Amino acid sequence: MFSLEGITKSLQDWLYLNFNPTWALVIECLIVIVLAIALFAFLGLVLVLMERKVAAHMQIRLGPNRVGPKGMFQTAADTLKLIMKEGLTPDGADKFLFNLAPFVVMIVAMLILAPIAFAKGFQIWDINIGVLYVSAISSLSVIGILMAGWASNNKYSLLGAMRSGAQIVSYELSAGISILCIVVLSGSLSINEIIASQQNGWWLFKGHIPVIIAFVIFMIAVTAETNRAPFDLAEAESELTAGFHTEYSGMKFALFFLAEYINIFIVCAIGATLFLGGWMPFHIGNWQDFNHIMDYIPSSIWFFGKTFFLIFLIMWFRWTFPRLRVDQLLNLEWKYLLPISLFNLLLVTVIAIFGWHF
Amino acid sequence: MYTETQIIKDTTQFSSNGHEGELVINVGPQHPATHGVLHLVITLNGETIKKVEPHLGYIHRSIEKMCESLTYRQFIYVTSRMDYLSAHMNNHACAMTVEKGLQIEVPPRAQYIRVIMDELTRIASHELWWGAMAMDLGAFTPFFYAFRERETINDIMEETCGARLTMNYMVPGGVMADIHPLFQQKVKDFIKLFKSKIDEYDELVTGNIIFQNRMKGVGLLSKEDAISYGCSGPVARGSGVSCDIRKLYPYEVYDKVAFDEVLENEGDSFARYMVRVREMHQSIRIIEQLIDNIPEGDFQAKTKAVLKLPKGEFYTRVETARGELGVYIVSEGGTTPYRIKFRSPGFSNLSALDHMARGSKIGDLMAMMGTLDLVIPDIDR
Repeated sequence: MFSLEGITKSLQDWLYLNFNPTWALVIECLIVIVLAIALFAFLGLVLVLMERKVAAHMQIRLGPNRVGPKGMFQTAADTLKLIMKEGLTPDGADKFLFNLAPFVVMIVAMLILAPIAFAKGFQIWDINIGVLYVSAISSLSVIGILMAGWASNNKYSLLGAMRSGAQIVSYELSAGISILCIVVLSGSLSINEIIASQQNGWWLFKGHIPVIIAFVIFMIAVTAETNRAPFDLAEAESELTAGFHTEYSGMKFALFFLAEYINIFIVCAIGATLFLGGWMPFHIGNWQDFNHIMDYIPSSIWFFGKTFFLIFLIMWFRWTFPRLRVDQLLNLEWKYLLPISLFNLLLVTVIAIFGWHF
Repeated sequence: MYTETQIIKDTTQFSSNGHEGELVINVGPQHPATHGVLHLVITLNGETIKKVEPHLGYIHRSIEKMCESLTYRQFIYVTSRMDYLSAHMNNHACAMTVEKGLQIEVPPRAQYIRVIMDELTRIASHELWWGAMAMDLGAFTPFFYAFRERETINDIMEETCGARLTMNYMVPGGVMADIHPLFQQKVKDFIKLFKSKIDEYDELVTGNIIFQNRMKGVGLLSKEDAISYGCSGPVARGSGVSCDIRKLYPYEVYDKVAFDEVLENEGDSFARYMVRVREMHQSIRIIEQLIDNIPEGDFQAKTKAVLKLPKGEFYTRVETARGELGVYIVSEGGTTPYRIKFRSPGFSNLSALDHMARGSKIGDLMAMMGTLDLVIPDIDR
C-alpha cells in the first residue's frame, strides 16, 4: 500500500536537515501555496467540465465534445477566453469594492482548504479546531457577495446580494448544527481526529438514524450555502438575469465562477470527511479479506471518490429541481430544517452520552 | 434620434419615479424570462411586487397595415409571423375568413388535414411552453425533454409543408399541397412516442413538491376577472371560463370529433399549467380519431386565380394554442382588404398580468408570465 504520507514526511525531513527551521518553514509555505493554487485551477477545470457533462447526460445531449479528446480542454479554452476579455467596471460602481469583491470570495474559498485532509497525512494545516475554523471562514464568503451586489450599482445585483445574504446566514445554522452532531459523537473538533474516529466504520453507518438525518440536512444546507440550484436565488437567471455578478465580466466573473465550484468541492469534502470517513477505506465489520482489499486502495482515491460522489449529488439536484421562492427558502430553513436539526442534535447527544453508537 | 447616453439617462429617470421605499426595475426588453422583447416596468417593495406595467412596441412590424396592401392569397403568409408557435392556426383563421367571404366550400379532405395540423401545432406549442415554463422556474432539464418530442412534430411539418415553423400551409379553399405519403404513419408513430413520454413530464415537473409549492395559490385570477380582462384560451379555462371556440363555435370537423373542453376552477398558476398539460392529451385524442379517417378527394377547392371579397365585413375566430384569435376583414370589393384587424389572445392575456402579480414575489411573476404563455410577436404584431 502506497500513500502520500511518505512523500510529505520525507520532504519535511529533507528540508529540516538542509536548512535552518525558519527557511524550511518558508519553503514549505511556498510549496503549499503553489500546490493550493494549482489544485484550485485544476479543480475549477475539472468541476466545470464535470458539471457540463453531468448536465448533458441529464438533458439527453452530448455536452462539450469539440476541444480536445471528449471535450476535455473545453474549460481551458473558456478560461483563456475569459482571461483575454476586458474586465469592465461600470460607470456608477464603487470601483474599489467592485474590484475587491471577487478576490474576497476567492480568498475565503482558498482559506477553507487549509484543514482539509486530502489523504492520509496529507493536510496543509492540522489545526485542532479544524471544524470550527471551516464553519467560521465559510460564513465570510457572504461578505464578498454582498460587496459585489452593493458595489455594482445595479438593482438586480442588489436584490441578488440581499437574497444571498439572507440565505447564507440562515442555512449556516443548520449546516453548523449538523456538523456539531459529528463533533459530539467523535468528541473532537480536529479533522484528523474525526477521521480517526471512523476507523471502524463511517459515522453515517455507525450513528443510527439521527446521523443520517444530519447528513441529509447537511447536504441541503450546503447546497443552499453555495448558492446552487434549487437554492440559486442569488443568481436566479430567469428572475435576476445573473444576480450579484450581473455586472462582472472577464476574469472577475471567472473568479466568482471558480469560487462557486471550489466552494462546492470544499463543502463536499467536509461532508465526506465528517459523514463518510474522509480518506478512511470502507470496512465491513469482521470481513478481514474484504477490509484488506479495501485498504489497498490509496487513501487519496477514497477521499476524492467520496467527495466527487457528493459533488455529483449536488449537480444532480441542480439539473432536476425547479428553484424555490425566496420566502419558501427561508420557511424551509427556519420552520423545518432548524427545529429538526436542533432536536436531532439532542438525539445525537443522548446517543453519544450512552454510547449507543457502534 | 436618441444618442446612447440620452437613452441611459432616460431609463434611469424612468426608474427613479418610484415613491419612498420603492424600487423600480425594468425587466426586459432583454431579459431571460420575458422570452422575447417584452418590457415590464415593475415597482417593488423589497421583493414584493406593487405594480407591473408592460411596455409594448419593441417588435411591432405593422402586420395589420402590411396586410392592407397584400392580396387575399398573400396576406396569409404574413400571419405566420404573428404567433409563430401557432402558425397553422393563424393561417387557418385567415383562410377561413376569406372562405367565408367568398363562400368557398372546403373539401372534407382539406378539413381533416387542417384539423390534424392544428392539433399537432397545439401540441408542439404546448411542449415548448412546458419547457420554457419549467425554465422560468429554474429547472433547465425539462426544456430538452420537451424539445425531443417537439422535434418529431417539426419533422412531420417539414415533410408535408416544407417548413418547420412558419408553415404557410393553409390557403383559401383548402391546403397548399396534399399530405406526404408517409404522413399518416409518421403521425401515428409520433402519437405512440408521445404517449409513452407524456407521463415522464408529470414525473419530472408536475409531481415535484417544489414545483407545486411554487404554482399553487399564486397568480390568482377569478372567473369574473378573467372575463373582464378578455382572457381566452388556457388562461381563461384555468379560471373556469368555458371559452373553447372549438367546442362553442365548431369549425371544420371539430363538431364531428369527441373531445373534452379542459376546465380547471382554481384560477391559479397551477390550474393554468394543468389545463395545458391536459389539453395535450385532448389534442392527441382528436388526432387519433381523424388520422385513420382522412377521406379521399381534393385537398383544395377550385378557386379563381384572383380572389376578390365582396364588399362587407367578415369575421371568424379559431382557437389557437394561446386562446381565441379573431380575424376581422373589411372589404371594399377589391383584391386587397380595406382594413384588417387581428384579435390576438396574447394581448388580452398579458393585460391580466398586473392584476395577478400585485402582492406576490418577483419569482412568482416569472412563473405567472410562464403560465400566460406569452408570445411577444403575437402581442405586438
